[in-house]
Amino acid sequence: MAVEDKLKIELGKQGVFVTTVNEIYNWGRKNSVWPLQFGLACCAIEMIATTMARYDLARFGAEVFRPSPRQADLMIISGTITKKMAPQVVRLYNQMAEPRYVIAMGACAISGGPFKQGYNVLKGIDRYIPVDVHIPGCPPRPEALIHAFMTLQAKIDAQPLTGTERPRHLDAAAMSEFPVPTQGAHDLEPPANRLVWPLPAPVASGENCG
Amino acid sequence: MSHSSTAEMKVYRPPVVDIIEEGDELLEVAMGPHHPSTHGVFRMDVALDGERVIRLKPVFGYLHRNHEKIAEKASYLAAMPYTDRLDYFCSLTNNWAYALAVEKLAGIEVPERAEYIRVITAELTRIQNHASSIGFLMQEMGASGTPLMYAFREREKILDLFEELTGSRMMCNYMRFGGCRVELPTGWLAKAQTIVDGLPGFIDEIEALLTGNEILMARTQGMGVLKPDLAINAGVTGPMLRATGVNYDLRKVDHYGIYDRFKFRVPLGDHGDIFDRYMIRILEMRESVTILHQAIKDIPAGPIMDPKSKIRGFRPKPGEAYGRIEAPKGELGFYLISDGSGNPYRYRVRPPSLINLTILEDMCLGQNVADVVLIFGSVDIVLGEVDR
Amino acid sequence: MKSTEEILALIHAALPAANVELVLNPSPCAQHSLRVAPADAFAVASFLRESDELALDYCSNVTGVDWPDKEITEKVKVTQLVDGEEKIVEETIKRIEPGYLESVYHLYSIKRAHEAIAGPVVLRMRTINRTDQVQLPSLTFVWRAAEFQEREVFDLFGIVFTGHPDLRRILMWDEFEDHPMRRDYVDPDDYEYEPTPHDEVLKRAEQQSKPTGVTA
Repeated sequence: MAVEDKLKIELGKQGVFVTTVNEIYNWGRKNSVWPLQFGLACCAIEMIATTMARYDLARFGAEVFRPSPRQADLMIISGTITKKMAPQVVRLYNQMAEPRYVIAMGACAISGGPFKQGYNVLKGIDRYIPVDVHIPGCPPRPEALIHAFMTLQAKIDAQPLTGTERPRHLDAAAMSEFPVPTQGAHDLEPPANRLVWPLPAPVASGENCG
Repeated sequence: MSHSSTAEMKVYRPPVVDIIEEGDELLEVAMGPHHPSTHGVFRMDVALDGERVIRLKPVFGYLHRNHEKIAEKASYLAAMPYTDRLDYFCSLTNNWAYALAVEKLAGIEVPERAEYIRVITAELTRIQNHASSIGFLMQEMGASGTPLMYAFREREKILDLFEELTGSRMMCNYMRFGGCRVELPTGWLAKAQTIVDGLPGFIDEIEALLTGNEILMARTQGMGVLKPDLAINAGVTGPMLRATGVNYDLRKVDHYGIYDRFKFRVPLGDHGDIFDRYMIRILEMRESVTILHQAIKDIPAGPIMDPKSKIRGFRPKPGEAYGRIEAPKGELGFYLISDGSGNPYRYRVRPPSLINLTILEDMCLGQNVADVVLIFGSVDIVLGEVDR
Repeated sequence: MKSTEEILALIHAALPAANVELVLNPSPCAQHSLRVAPADAFAVASFLRESDELALDYCSNVTGVDWPDKEITEKVKVTQLVDGEEKIVEETIKRIEPGYLESVYHLYSIKRAHEAIAGPVVLRMRTINRTDQVQLPSLTFVWRAAEFQEREVFDLFGIVFTGHPDLRRILMWDEFEDHPMRRDYVDPDDYEYEPTPHDEVLKRAEQQSKPTGVTA
């Protein structure tokens, strides 16, 4: 059910406040996203700068950085994920309660960035966990993080409560526990979680194989 | 070690704990790699007897980004942006250390004006690093946010200067072999002068808030004491070493750059505890301000790059060089071996943060676990440099 | 500060049996080094630290260098019988110079820091080869500064420091088997080709995808 925007404004002028469960539910969630206090590398310093007086992330309801993953809604992957750290990042993500979101901040979190050639560098965290917003930059400016945050808020706002498009936390059948990679003799095992990081389309379809 | 000289020689052993009796139950705690006070992804495996620390083993490598391997595969210049990401608070001093090592390797001269610019940017870097590190230390003491807010307010001003000069707030990539990348923008020095003029006020303010604070004194004085002979032997450098009373500042010892032209003092502590380290950082900021005043006043006109130095196709002759500077966290050194090709045969970073942590266990044994966080914070490390 | 030659003379005077030689550095900074036989390293290091004249009490930097096997082609003139006549013929001989691992220590004096501008005193040690005889003595008990750095050299280069109090991997995880800073280390092939690979890149992507069990 939806009330037309025009009618809503008109009713508002008359002192009648109309909303839907979906709207007010998402409005509440998007304005109190608590990030996990979790810094990985250089980008973490820009993340801290974003919470400080000049950029003031508190304006977006996200100044409460929680050290415990159990109390956090948002994981900001702020920096390079090494293969030594990747299992811990996935484990922390698993420990967060639904609904949970991930911002991959900076080139390293997206793809390995400048350190892509490194033997101990994971080439992007979305090999193991789903990412909601990617921010390019090395490191991204605080404004970019704020923009990513607003993008995430818009995403939360648009989530339906029912139907096939409903988010993971409302879908009992959806995957909630993500497999934690193990550290092998030469590399992480497996090198990627194929459920969140499928093969490139031509390879996966197999049309070029043979 | 069966050698005869061991008997007369003082041997500096890593601490061995044998006070645990059979049947004592110890609590093993892994602090980190995700821990709010570890400045990033650092882990301490602590064994506790109640609140008391019995054993502490640091675990590194969670941010091992293969800086050295990548630099050995790339050209000399291509390693410069990677040095920014070593100690990501102090990209300009990292640049300088690397440029200095290459200049030693290839015998490149640096023009006067470039030396002045290097000093100005390095001292600004030192101030913002020390301010932030004090802010983080206070955060760990429970002064949640406020001192860090003050520090970051000042840091933002300095970062604005860096951004105007180099194009980036944090990753400046500014120095080149034989000079600097770009000329100072018009009016930059005047802006820098305004900010430098405001800095003593900021230091006074932070001192008024903190130095006489009873909680700060109670929690830092006599805590995490480091003895000078152990500090020297363990290779501790920077404010950590000077807090123990050892007069060793590479700006005075090596006279690299043009530091012998400036009048400044080297603050020394005498207890080697956390409070001394805090005071050394405050005093070093004040000395940096005096250096900045002199450098901004004296900076000459002229070129900023040695005209003979090559940017493209840079191939130093075979040989090796070790160059080091006094970075805000300690002695930052670069060891390079050239085989005559376009990329270094061996590229090694001597990270002050890692080596200053050698004696972390010595300082923490027998202390309460809550103080471990403080002692660790007073070392002032950045994980990008510890693990590289 | 004394020159490297003078330091070498001092070592020879104090420890006549020690096997130490000078290695010249041709670069403009002229930081020459001293190569020490591993068996004498501990005595030499202790002397350098304890000697009143040198007082090298501060070990700044410890690192490793990998020198893999080198194939050297030389042209040698050989007299040969060609058609009953003796002729001088040039022959190319290929020989393999065995590689080794090297550990490098940069030493300074803090006690005598302000006397003169001092370059580092560089100590070097060589292993016998790169595969099984990679032991070198640890100098951690002379300079604690070497404790973590020797662990790092062990981790990344595979030099085994005998006598080190706690020789474990420091940067990589314990299960890791390679020594990644060696010149012949091969990275794990974990590069993803996305989103539209073609030609050579596509072939590699397909190869990579096979072990994961994607049906062709």
